Amino acid sequence: MTRFLSLARLWALLVKETIQMRRDRLTFAMMIGIPLVQLMLFGFAINNDPKELPAALVAPTQDRFTRAMVSALELTGYYRFIAPAATAAKAEEMITRGDVVFVVTVPSDFGRRVERGDDPSILIEADATDPAAASGAISTLGTVATEALEREAGLPQGSGPALSVVVHKRYNPEGITQYNIVPGLLGVILQLTMVMMTAMALTRETERGTMENLLSMPATPLEIMLGKVVPYLGVGAVQVVVVLVASKAIFGIPMVGHLSVILIGIFVFVLSLVILGYLISTVARTQMQAMQLTFFFFLPSLMLSGFMFPYRGMPGWAQALGEIFPLTHFLRLIRSVMLKGADVQTVAQSMAALLLFVLLLSLAALMRFRRTLD
Amino acid sequence: MSEPAITVTDLTKRFGGKTVVDRVSLSVEKGEIAGFLGPNGSGKTTTIRLMCGLLQPDGGSGRVLGHDIQTERGAIKREVGYMTQRFSFYEDLTIEENLNFVAGLYRMPGRRRVVRETLQDLGLYSRRDQLAGSLSGGWKQRLALAACVMHRPKLLMLDEPTAGVDPKARRDFWDEIHRLAADGLTVLVSTHYMDEAERCHRINYISYGTLVARGTVAEVVRDAGLTTMVISGSRAGEAARRLEGEAGVDQIAPFGTTLHVVGRDGAALRETVARVAEETGTEAAPAETSLEDVFIQLMGDAQDNMS
Ligand SMILES: Nc1ncnc2c1ncn2[C@@H]1O[C@H](COP(=O)(O)OP(=O)(O)OP(=O)(O)O)[C@@H](O)[C@H]1O
Ligand SMILES: [Mg+2]
Repeated sequence: MTRFLSLARLWALLVKETIQMRRDRLTFAMMIGIPLVQLMLFGFAINNDPKELPAALVAPTQDRFTRAMVSALELTGYYRFIAPAATAAKAEEMITRGDVVFVVTVPSDFGRRVERGDDPSILIEADATDPAAASGAISTLGTVATEALEREAGLPQGSGPALSVVVHKRYNPEGITQYNIVPGLLGVILQLTMVMMTAMALTRETERGTMENLLSMPATPLEIMLGKVVPYLGVGAVQVVVVLVASKAIFGIPMVGHLSVILIGIFVFVLSLVILGYLISTVARTQMQAMQLTFFFFLPSLMLSGFMFPYRGMPGWAQALGEIFPLTHFLRLIRSVMLKGADVQTVAQSMAALLLFVLLLSLAALMRFRRTLD
Repeated sequence: MSEPAITVTDLTKRFGGKTVVDRVSLSVEKGEIAGFLGPNGSGKTTTIRLMCGLLQPDGGSGRVLGHDIQTERGAIKREVGYMTQRFSFYEDLTIEENLNFVAGLYRMPGRRRVVRETLQDLGLYSRRDQLAGSLSGGWKQRLALAACVMHRPKLLMLDEPTAGVDPKARRDFWDEIHRLAADGLTVLVSTHYMDEAERCHRINYISYGTLVARGTVAEVVRDAGLTTMVISGSRAGEAARRLEGEAGVDQIAPFGTTLHVVGRDGAALRETVARVAEETGTEAAPAETSLEDVFIQLMGDAQDNMS
């Protein structure tokens, strides 16, 4: 115990780190401010039920029923037909390019079927790369269109032919809802702030020249690492409380699972993050480099973890790559526990993966740590 | 018991392709105050870092307080007090917090009392809550020195401890060093001040990574084998111009109204000076060679070697 770790020395390191952290007002404000700002920004940007989404209409016979339906759709406020008379090919091109979010296809026998009393059908193709954005528009569709048709045909409500709306979610079959995003945000916010702050920890000592002094005194690599990492665990705890309370109070995210499982999962995840940050700070020579390395790690993990794009929708190689980020495992864990009420056994695999990260990253950091100034 | 506090042999350190410390061997006896001198960039700081176990040598070996500098770094760190050339305590911590930190790292018993006594001795007790970064340069040096003797080390390595310190504080500092040495502490101190070099028991002079002179001040001056003449009189300035590049003259340095002329070839120097003195109507007299004259000579020699 005393060979690698002395509690008295660790205490001295902890006190010093905490004082320095407290005295660096700007960074401290950032640590509390960033989670809030991000949560509001992302949360509301995604929460925002977008209206007036551009749409294309493919309707070979533009009869009065088609027109009635289209104007009814426009009245919902969700749809804006920027190409009201597109060919199928043209519409395909537009949705591929991203010019429109929806393509509404009305078959040529649509009017005839309504008049004959046959059940007509229409096809809605939705660009669901941002599925939350399109969900409102899709859900209103069925009733609005049916009512419009009944009015136009002069029939009392509920007696008209049953309109069947075929919804085809393109590009992203796994419809992520709002609930999916806020727990994910918890992971992303923690990742950004925790990794960045700890990545600065050692580099700051090197840059300010205090490293020479620290190394000339008897503190072991383990003590120095713990001294740097533990205070940030405390900061992480504050962030977690802020985000959890906000997601409950502002976004009304349900917490189906056990709070203890949620907290244990978060703890292991944060631990892996601060140790990753510390590892970065043993590699980087300047704070600038530490920053760059953080982002170098941050961006791909955002893309490949399943936060931005549904994990199951990614190609095999991307999924394999995604496995190397703690965020991927944390997202799986937190979504299952928070939203689906999974218990410890169900998420054991993700938990084990996170623990493995903690172990491997600690070993790497202790090995990387330079005991000399070379 | 008689093992020296520091013995290093053929210590070598390269940065990139440049050899910064080149086969330096030196030894410092217990209780000795050893001066470490040399021009800027000659490798003093690097040598000290090698001896503290802060750098991995590329060649050579050494023992500090009986511990191997490569394999027993932990023991060295516990028993040595190292004061860095550049202030390297935490500027965003107060004076007291810095001392508490150091005391904690050395696991000193009676931490609070030791820190309070150190603060009182330093005369900083009333300013203990001031941020270290807001201290003046000289006070930073004094704080750093106090911090590195607090754990009662057996060996002190001081890298230009008095740079920027006023004369009174410098005198106090050296009195303190001599007091500590009398109690058995060994001190290795690098400096650019000649008067400080003269207060050391022995000096080691390093130039471009190579140890070129060592011994007591008298020995170093004697071994340099220099002759010094002093010219005085109202036309000393003209004499200086005439002496330039003449046989036997290596250095000409004006000191107020007098001129110090130094050279290795004593006979040639005396002859040249006598001639110039007669031409300019000035007085010429032999004088003692100073340590500074020796160092300037050594620096010039080293530059000749480099080119
Ligand atoms: N980490 C390093 N990387 C590369 N070169 C270095 C490094 N540290 C020192 N040097 C070089 O080694 C040489 C010796 O430097 P050192 O600091 O030991 O000199 P010094 O004698 O202490 O000088 P001064 O009197 O100015 O303090 C210098 O040329 C310096 O540029
Ligand atoms: Mg130096």
